[in-house]
Amino acid sequence: MTIDFIINQFTEIIGNFPVAAFLVACASVGGLLFVLMALNAMVAVYVERKVSAFMMDRLGPMGQGPGLHAGKWGILQTFADAIKLLIKEDTIPKSADQILFKVAPFIIFIGAIIGLSALPFSSSIQAVDLNVGVFYIIAVGSIGVIGIVMAGWASNNKWSLYGAMRSAAQIISYEIPAGLSIIVPIMMSGTMNLQNLIEYQSGSIFGIFPNWIMFQNPFAFLAFFIFFISAVAETNRTPFDIPEAESELVAGWMTEYSGFRWAVFFLSEYANMFVVSGLAVAGFMGGWLSPIPGFLNSPVLGLFWFFGKVSFLIFVMMWFRWTFPRLRVDQLMYVCWKVFIPIAMLNIFGVGIWKLIFG
Amino acid sequence: MGVIQGDQMVLNIGPQHPSTHGVLRLEVMTDGEIVSKITPHLGYLHRCFEKHSENVTYEQVIPYTDRCDYLASMNSNFGYVVAMEELMDIKVCERVEYVRVIMAELNRIASHLLGVGAYGLDVGAFTPFVHMLRDRERILDIFEYTCGARLLYNYMWVGGVSHDLPKDFKKICFKFLDYFEPKIDEYNQLLTYNKIFVERTADVGVLPADVAISYGVSGTNLRASGVKWDVRKEEPYSIYDRFNFDIPIGEAKFGTLGDCFDRYWVRILEMKESIKIVRQALKEIPEGDIFETMPKKIRPPKGSIYRRTESPRGDLGYYIESDGSPVPTRVKMRSPAFTALSCLDEISQGWMMSDVLCILGSLDIVLGEIDR
Repeated sequence: MTIDFIINQFTEIIGNFPVAAFLVACASVGGLLFVLMALNAMVAVYVERKVSAFMMDRLGPMGQGPGLHAGKWGILQTFADAIKLLIKEDTIPKSADQILFKVAPFIIFIGAIIGLSALPFSSSIQAVDLNVGVFYIIAVGSIGVIGIVMAGWASNNKWSLYGAMRSAAQIISYEIPAGLSIIVPIMMSGTMNLQNLIEYQSGSIFGIFPNWIMFQNPFAFLAFFIFFISAVAETNRTPFDIPEAESELVAGWMTEYSGFRWAVFFLSEYANMFVVSGLAVAGFMGGWLSPIPGFLNSPVLGLFWFFGKVSFLIFVMMWFRWTFPRLRVDQLMYVCWKVFIPIAMLNIFGVGIWKLIFG
Repeated sequence: MGVIQGDQMVLNIGPQHPSTHGVLRLEVMTDGEIVSKITPHLGYLHRCFEKHSENVTYEQVIPYTDRCDYLASMNSNFGYVVAMEELMDIKVCERVEYVRVIMAELNRIASHLLGVGAYGLDVGAFTPFVHMLRDRERILDIFEYTCGARLLYNYMWVGGVSHDLPKDFKKICFKFLDYFEPKIDEYNQLLTYNKIFVERTADVGVLPADVAISYGVSGTNLRASGVKWDVRKEEPYSIYDRFNFDIPIGEAKFGTLGDCFDRYWVRILEMKESIKIVRQALKEIPEGDIFETMPKKIRPPKGSIYRRTESPRGDLGYYIESDGSPVPTRVKMRSPAFTALSCLDEISQGWMMSDVLCILGSLDIVLGEIDR
């Protein structure tokens, strides 16, 4: 189910109105993606609260939810939070740059949602099947930085400015190892199309292991870890959460935001986590393919496998967040420029050799 | 105002900031991320301890000492009553001495737990903090069981303590110690040996021994710089000379002697020593009447006294001046956290913004005691 499919259906059923068909298709798919984004944030926030609570030997949210009161797992906690954020007073500092301050959340939001549009949820469910899907997701991933710098500058607050500067430096730096390591699957499969990339990973190694790219050779295995860690850094999660380090920068570039604008940041953060995890799954972990080769593979079950793998990676990110301390800015840059980039470069070289020798 | 600073930016950390450990304002001069000067501004929590003390009777000063170092109220009480008893020349009964030592050492553990936990929070690790708070809660439960209060105890009185220990106190306390001792290894697994934690703290904010001494820094911060100095050993008060315990000092475990990691590590080791002391005291504690030596009227003779004790934050001294009336002429408290804060500027120059809060956290200050 892609945009093209909807446009074709529209043309067949209603008639040949290209502009209208395009708008309807975009609106419907965009709406669905927005619902996905909101649901993802809702579920992820709830899971994050519960995961953190269990790691800390707490109960986590218990109050909201069906039933009389406590003891019902607090399932509706995120709904309560969302309602609270929506009805909260939206304050804008007097000395802030009014226009930039209002525009920034939307830019970050757009950066997140257009990344979602290229993810292959299943062999037949994907908003747009681009022939440069990998390239596209990596490229739109950096749109968010503009929004972050905008938010940090427009807030007219030193904490925000610090957060934005750190964030810009961090995201731009970590895009390089992420980009270099995603080249490995592209080299191995010879395609940038996400669907083809996933199809390349079908089959098995020795009949038992899934033929995922990360298992195909040691360089790809290493590349997966570099990509995933860089992805964690790109989404500003612990141990790389220095842009919003609450013990240093209060809330970083989000300090002056409240209410719905802040909720949009939050939504985008979780959507970004979903996008980078989705790209890692598609590039290294066989996308919508079943983890047991040839077992239960179908377009509908593919949806399940894809979301399962993405959820696992998101869980790992949460696990990081509630276990690790935070790196310092210079250590962060050290890890990126002196460790990840050289290894990622060697990886590309290694995969090239591997491909020459083993075909 | 008036002086224009070229490239530097003034950043006010606090008074409302997540990691100033209270209401402290640090005026930080920064060049990008690099910090060139820090001026701490105090007084946001000033409650006129000294002026209050001049207007209340001697026993009414004790609740004020609770509120100074609110994380180690027992130790604050302890210092005051030790000074008062020396001034009035009271020898308290054996049981009271043991009860006081047990309470003070338990409170030292509680205070260090919060200190190291909050330090983990300062470098970004949330989970260890909550684990440590969970275990601190058990100590607070023991205190609540004994004297009804969880934070501000007003437990140690001149010549005695407010409540005798409950009958099953020994059992409860041993149970807690047996539970708590292995937990320290768990903290080490979770936080101490974490690579990122070590990277963040080792070699950062080195406080050399001579600088520490020249600023008058004491307690764990001084010991972390390699100086083996503890009032409990050097000038034993109460019955500390009867127990067998070590004074852990900084050992440059991962970095330089006197860095943030050493200050953290000394606190972890000190918790183990406190456990040792509590175990010994619980075994030896005699029976007795805790109100036996409590004076009916607290009216010390004319004169003055300065006595110091070892609080979790260091050398806690009380200067008490009496003119023979029931109201003290002067009560002055020598705060260890204040001296620790005074060296912040020197040891954090040239470090980054994040390190400043890391160094501040490693000094383990309590603003209630700094401002009094």
